[in-house]
Amino acid sequence: MNDIKADAFVDITDVVCPTTFAKAKVAMARLSEGQILEIRMKAGEPLQNVPRSFKEEGAQVIKVIENEDGTYTAFIKKAG
Amino acid sequence: MNFSNEQLERYSRHIILKDFGPEGQHKLLNSKVLIIGAGGLGSPAAMYLAAAGVGTIGIVDFDKVELSNLQRQIMHFTGDVEKYKVQSACETIGLINPDINVVTYRERVDLENIEDLITDRDYDFIIDGTDNFAAKFLINDACVKLRKPFVHAGIIRFEGQLMTYVPGKGPCYRCIFDSPPPPDAVPTCSQAGVLGVTAGVVGTLQATEAIKYLAGIGELLTGQLLIYEGLNMDFRKIEIVTNKSCRICSQVPAEIELTDYQNNCCTG
Repeated sequence: MNDIKADAFVDITDVVCPTTFAKAKVAMARLSEGQILEIRMKAGEPLQNVPRSFKEEGAQVIKVIENEDGTYTAFIKKAG
Repeated sequence: MNFSNEQLERYSRHIILKDFGPEGQHKLLNSKVLIIGAGGLGSPAAMYLAAAGVGTIGIVDFDKVELSNLQRQIMHFTGDVEKYKVQSACETIGLINPDINVVTYRERVDLENIEDLITDRDYDFIIDGTDNFAAKFLINDACVKLRKPFVHAGIIRFEGQLMTYVPGKGPCYRCIFDSPPPPDAVPTCSQAGVLGVTAGVVGTLQATEAIKYLAGIGELLTGQLLIYEGLNMDFRKIEIVTNKSCRICSQVPAEIELTDYQNNCCTG
């Protein structure tokens, strides 16, 4: 169950590294400080790197959940 | 801020770069840079700016490609000998990044055309890739007059130097060098020679300055002259200050009169 309300959604299951993080960053750039981006990603490299990369840039990783189809969804809050 | 899927992939290494990001890439795509001289300095500068996605690149050069250019002017290939450099440059840029709008000017910069060249597309930044003092002083004076930022560079043998001028942010080239040296102080082509990679190093540094200015990141070489000595691999920065009585930048910009100095060195 997910109770987090995201402000925008981006699916990065259709691209590979490093375009995964690039596509997510472009989606994040459209948001304002404090808003939440919902990112759908594949297991493996994206799951390992994308939330961590956002964290390194100061954003807050609120939650990462596993979906029924084997993909993952991360909720990231934009930093100031 | 919209990127096509192809742009997302092409520029991904920029977009994921902290402190550059989608914002920096977006600025580059909407920027216009004028490169004066499609030779040793202009080649790496143009190629890196094209690869980086600078939306519009203007190239000024009058000459044709010669075999003796190819040792350092890496934008031109063996099959380009005898072609005009602007044509060869346009083709190379197109191969690197077909998204770039290339504007070519098959002209030699002089007193009559320099202001028109800079204002033609209202370029954001100018790169001095020329090889003679007359053009270097002219580019400085015109950029100060039109309040345009530019990066100066010069190379000889194993050495190079560069500095960046930004209106209101520090000295201009004339603050350091008041006027061109006398003709007999300038080495002739046969005496000079240049290690090809010197042009690559310094032209690439010029591209770095352009990208930083356009993206609004980092510290520019304003108020500093960077001197590169390849033989002992030494980089030095010399602090330079604005000359309060500089014959160019101390004037009201609109009242600056351009000077056409006798061209004392061969071209190419």
